[in-house]
Amino acid sequence: MKRVALIVVLLIGLLLAWAARDFPSWGDPHAPASSSPVSSHFISSTGVDTEVPNMVTAVLADYRGFDTMFETVVVFIAGLAVVSILRGGPRRRTRDREFVVDFEPDLIVTNTVRLIVPVIQIFAFYVLAHGHVSPGGGFQGGVAMGASFILIALSWDLKTALARFPLNRCFTVAALGIVIYAGIGLLSMFLGGEFLDYAHLARVFPVSPEMARYHAMLGVEIGVGFTVTAIMFALYASLSTDGRMRDGL
Amino acid sequence: MFEEGSIISQLLVERLNYFIYVVLLLIGLWAMIAKNNLIKKLIGMSIFQTAIILFYVSIGVKEGATIPIYLPEHDPHGSHASAEHNDTTASGPQVLEASKVSGYTNPLPHVLMLTAIVVGVATLGLALSICLRIYRGYGTVEEDDLLLKLEQEDSQNSGGFKKRRPRRRPSSAKAASGATRAASSEKSKSEKTGQGNRRSRSKSPAKKSQSSPASEGKKPARRRPRSKKPKEGDS
Amino acid sequence: MGLELFNTLILSLLVVVAILSLYIRDLVVSAVIFGIYSFLMCLLWAEMGAVDVAFTEATVGAGVSTVVLIATVFNLKRKAKD
Repeated sequence: MKRVALIVVLLIGLLLAWAARDFPSWGDPHAPASSSPVSSHFISSTGVDTEVPNMVTAVLADYRGFDTMFETVVVFIAGLAVVSILRGGPRRRTRDREFVVDFEPDLIVTNTVRLIVPVIQIFAFYVLAHGHVSPGGGFQGGVAMGASFILIALSWDLKTALARFPLNRCFTVAALGIVIYAGIGLLSMFLGGEFLDYAHLARVFPVSPEMARYHAMLGVEIGVGFTVTAIMFALYASLSTDGRMRDGL
Repeated sequence: MFEEGSIISQLLVERLNYFIYVVLLLIGLWAMIAKNNLIKKLIGMSIFQTAIILFYVSIGVKEGATIPIYLPEHDPHGSHASAEHNDTTASGPQVLEASKVSGYTNPLPHVLMLTAIVVGVATLGLALSICLRIYRGYGTVEEDDLLLKLEQEDSQNSGGFKKRRPRRRPSSAKAASGATRAASSEKSKSEKTGQGNRRSRSKSPAKKSQSSPASEGKKPARRRPRSKKPKEGDS
Repeated sequence: MGLELFNTLILSLLVVVAILSLYIRDLVVSAVIFGIYSFLMCLLWAEMGAVDVAFTEATVGAGVSTVVLIATVFNLKRKAKD
């Protein structure tokens, strides 16, 4: 079986290497991907349409905002599925772990983490909010904020972290993120535009259409950040305790 | 064989990057097929995913281009940048002309791959939860041990279909006698209902230790009340 | 020239790390080496100019993905058979 796998893999490799001869050379500005009219339009018109300097955030949250909304929904469903797979079902009757991690929270670690976690959370929110101008955005800030909760769970135990962010609140926050995203889209639909067409929000708020797109992008990224934060922590909490939520890592 | 323009030179010299991407893809693919441990398979899946993302991002690279964030002179909020340009460019946003466009890296592959990375981690989390569930049910995450246990379970289940269960419950004969009478009238019925009856009858009086997955699967059969059995056999 | 050398060096290191991560039998060590793989990818993308992708891979791949993998391995047997 292993030999058959190796032969199949090598054949696929030969096929791919044969196809790799047709690729454009490295860094060619006239390659089909680099000179396509879509990307040229994105690069040239992002400033005019949305006044956002970061093109990647503009394309992610505005031009292709539909993809991002469903990606957020996918992350939410994955978190739901993980918790529901691990929660029910039969439990192992034998001793549960190969080695039990049994320790007291260390003094140095807990005090350092006590100082660091607020800084991490402020930085995560900065990354989220400043994603228009610098590299960053909703996903990066959300994951960093979720990682701060995982840090609390690692340096004390999971109970401490779950006392601050219990699992049902996790899912409430995650669902709230999707509601914010879809809510902004629906609001622009009710104001006469298409779904997620942020320029029509200028009818309600006293800004120009370009700045309406700017601010709606921030709202949308906040929604994404909520969902990703909650799901990353729920994922860690479920997986490290095998669904039981009792012992820590 | 190593002269200019030949296959080896094309692959290994001019397009070395793409060749290494192909090698990474093959490593991930081979690990998903040939590795025994389920966690190693998942690591192979992640290697495969990140190699594909690497390939996609690298086809958007332009030589000598900067990152896809507007430089200060093209900045849409152009108030602080147009101090020295106030004769040629207007302050504020304007459409970038084509010569400047090639100075920025293509942002479209970055956007698509951002989605791919996040979906990849969601997939990894889900696959790890399934691994934990498998470990809870079978006690192992090695593929060959798993296949052995599944075959054993299948043979136990199918053995229960074909052969008759030995009746060795003399103490519980009274409790089972009612069921025996009701069930013996259906011995000629179809095999499936007969099997269901045999299972539920063999379990309810005594605490026979069957294999645990079989007993788990048959739990709904236990709770069916006895009086329904003739009706079930008739329908 | 310098950038191409850098690219080639990091790519060859990537191949070595990928093979090593699959070869080692201890699953926790394998997960940590997978974290090294994610970090090298992040470096490669930052050099190519894909800064958002590098940021995301640094947090998601080397942060959450590695931690979640190690947390799962703690609930399983730590030693793989092959």
